[in-house]
Amino acid sequence: MLIAQIKVLLKESVLDPQGQAVEKALGTLGYNNIEKVRVGKYLEIMLAENNREAANKQVREMCERLLINAVIEDYTFTLVEV
Amino acid sequence: MKFGVVVFPGSNGDIDAYHFIKDVLAQPVDHIWHQEESVAGYDCLILPGGSSYGDYLRCGAIARFSPVMKAVKDFALRGGLVVGIGNGFQILVEAGLLPGALYRNANLQFRCRFTYLKVENYHTPFTVAIEHGRLLKIPIAHGEGNYYVDEDTLQRLKAKGQIIFRYADEQGEITAAANPDGSVFNIAGVCNENKNVLGMMPHPERAGEIILGSDDGKMIFDSLFKHWEGSRL
Repeated sequence: MLIAQIKVLLKESVLDPQGQAVEKALGTLGYNNIEKVRVGKYLEIMLAENNREAANKQVREMCERLLINAVIEDYTFTLVEV
Repeated sequence: MKFGVVVFPGSNGDIDAYHFIKDVLAQPVDHIWHQEESVAGYDCLILPGGSSYGDYLRCGAIARFSPVMKAVKDFALRGGLVVGIGNGFQILVEAGLLPGALYRNANLQFRCRFTYLKVENYHTPFTVAIEHGRLLKIPIAHGEGNYYVDEDTLQRLKAKGQIIFRYADEQGEITAAANPDGSVFNIAGVCNENKNVLGMMPHPERAGEIILGSDDGKMIFDSLFKHWEGSRL
């Protein structure tokens, strides 16, 4: 079995209003070394699949078809064995 | 002119749209459940506002896979008139029937208030009966209506006349203060290249009667009638 750990973030070129709000809040708490905050999504998908190559292909396909919107979002993922 | 209002689980503007078309515009209208696989017999489809599938993942991301959406897509590609309002607009961009994406309002607030819309292109089925220079007072109610396109796409939309409505102030000036959600270029509504599919965040069906504060929403539907009558001659 493999778990796909998928991270989704808004593209660098797209304004991230949540990230900015969190950045400001951290500043208010006194953390004055915060360079930038970005808020995204984390998805975990358990796959009944042991072949990493097949899993890689499937996860990429699922991201492109449903999980992310390529107009505004980028994604990365890792496959972990369980 | 026969209208179909598509109903997804979590739609809530479907009843407003139905009431507006049936009682105010006195046109035949049906609800179309999202499990339907045919939209035959309709002249115009409305994808209403609401929170289809609880807005899970991204607004409109799951609704676009409803069985009815294949029929809606075929209808649109054959030139059928489609209007997506609010969540319906989000579904149309997710389905790839309209360019761009809609995401979290830049101010992070849910905005529920009247807006003033400047018409950018009068040569479309949705705007052909609108008096030139007339601002439309139409309400919004959304938290994720921040329209995004990259710079190249924006230039293409401008060149092809696909930008239909922009948020303006009461005097018709396009200002940052009049932009309720951070949308690129104050865009409130766009259409496809063929000009038969419109998506807009403001709700014209909620501006159909003076008692509601405005009946400017009728002008968009008057345009549809004018276009439709013209196309039948």
